[in-house]
Amino acid sequence: MQQNPSSDSIVSLRDVQKSFGSLRVLDGVSFAVERGEVLALIGRSGSGKSTALRCIDRFEKVDGGEIVVCGHRVDRPDVDLRALRQDVGIVFQSYNLFPHLTIEQNITLAPCAVKGLAHSQAKDLARKVLAQVGLEEKLHAYPEQLSGGQQQRAAIARSLAMQPKVMLFDEVTSALDPELTAEVLKVIEQLAADGMTMVMVTHEMGFAKGIADRIVFMHRGKVHETGPASILTSPTTPELTQFVGTGNLKS
Amino acid sequence: MSLQLDFPAVLERWTSFLAGAVLTLELAAFATVLGALLGTLAAVGRGTHNALISGPCKVYVETIRNTPLLVQIFLVYFGLASLGLKFSAFAVAVAALTINVGAYTAEIMRAGFEAIPRGQIEAAEGLALSRLQIYWHIILLPAIEKVYPALTSQFVLLMLASSVCSQISAEELTAVANYIQSDTYRAFETYIIVAVLYVILSLVMRAGFWGLGLVLFPRRRRLGTPL
Ligand SMILES: Nc1ncnc2c1ncn2[C@@H]1O[C@H](COP(=O)(O)OP(=O)(O)OP(=O)(O)O)[C@@H](O)[C@H]1O
Ligand SMILES: [Mg+2]
Repeated sequence: MQQNPSSDSIVSLRDVQKSFGSLRVLDGVSFAVERGEVLALIGRSGSGKSTALRCIDRFEKVDGGEIVVCGHRVDRPDVDLRALRQDVGIVFQSYNLFPHLTIEQNITLAPCAVKGLAHSQAKDLARKVLAQVGLEEKLHAYPEQLSGGQQQRAAIARSLAMQPKVMLFDEVTSALDPELTAEVLKVIEQLAADGMTMVMVTHEMGFAKGIADRIVFMHRGKVHETGPASILTSPTTPELTQFVGTGNLKS
Repeated sequence: MSLQLDFPAVLERWTSFLAGAVLTLELAAFATVLGALLGTLAAVGRGTHNALISGPCKVYVETIRNTPLLVQIFLVYFGLASLGLKFSAFAVAVAALTINVGAYTAEIMRAGFEAIPRGQIEAAEGLALSRLQIYWHIILLPAIEKVYPALTSQFVLLMLASSVCSQISAEELTAVANYIQSDTYRAFETYIIVAVLYVILSLVMRAGFWGLGLVLFPRRRRLGTPL
């Protein structure tokens, strides 16, 4: 969808290496995400999806290769972490809302503390992002008063309030039952429709197929197969064939 | 054997008892506030990766937890005196009690910090909050909340232990009792009254901490979860 993808990459990984002790988790991973693109990272458990995602926001330091995110050289030791993380939003499987703060306080904290936004402005912002995820009425609730799906949507809203240039999602629906999963996926779909750049690790193959501009299938720390969403229905490698064949392709 | 108690002879001195009780409460209040600060800093220090900070914090905590309070009080008292520094008995008592309770607070707070799920901190880092902001906004209150009963018990214990400050003639409740019983020769009655006063002081402190808990943890108030 972009005319000139190379100059417009929001995220690019080139030959990224990462080991935990003697375990090589990323073994020369390369992929790029253009502005407005949705990239789905799929693969078996332990194939390195989460690690790859966490490297983008520098929750893991890479051993080799190059990562550029919104112009930040993430692989360099002198990367400005706080500047990087203002450009990148990340949402985890376990929501990680701050339990002692109301949903509103969860959302306004970072814009006020990091960007110096005035309190009244931050409150308006909280209303806006909560409306985006369909949770306006939960402004003054505490996280434990919300269902899992609502907590996850609130966590997405909290990230959105920092107005990131790219959002990272790590299996954000894995802890939810199908009904709650659907409400979270709907929010993510809307974000995609609004043009948000996203990288998501997901086990929801039907969802990936519907929303992703590009699929990256990881296998043993490598990008084993990549292409448009259609590779899920007509995979070329035996590993991806087996992966999508083992009941992963729900629609 | 007959037990004859003469409380009126002792209760005549009620103003002295009251003054002693107030001083004990003041000692406890100062040492609690300062000790909570010192202990929290020591707990943060012990958790850093910098051995130049975590090392001394560890030595402080372990030294204090393995020596008697009375010895610590004498060390502060005579230590300052031998440096030629003159402080009131009250100031020396506050300093010694602060140093003492700070070490116990550090251990309790460390347990509280460790009970904060790693994911909370990662989420905060992901929102670009600084190290200091994460401690202040994300870790501190939930950590205190997790250890609040242990923490407040420690401060009540400190108030009770402050009775040994009578040894450096701080005019707190036990010191007052010592004078009164030697004046009146009514030791048993005196210490019964003192015991009752300590119970009341404990209850006052516990009530204070209960009220403070309501202010510090609004979520518990809203959701009706007891501490
Ligand atoms: N901090 C760590 N220390 C040691 N090993 C780790 C660490 N994080 C991940 N690993 C290991 O690295 C490998 C890849 O983990 P990763 O979490 O990236 O896999 P994944 O593809 O996300 O799997 P899943 O689908 O189960 O989430 C696994 O074998 C895992 O045990
Ligand atoms: Mg994972």
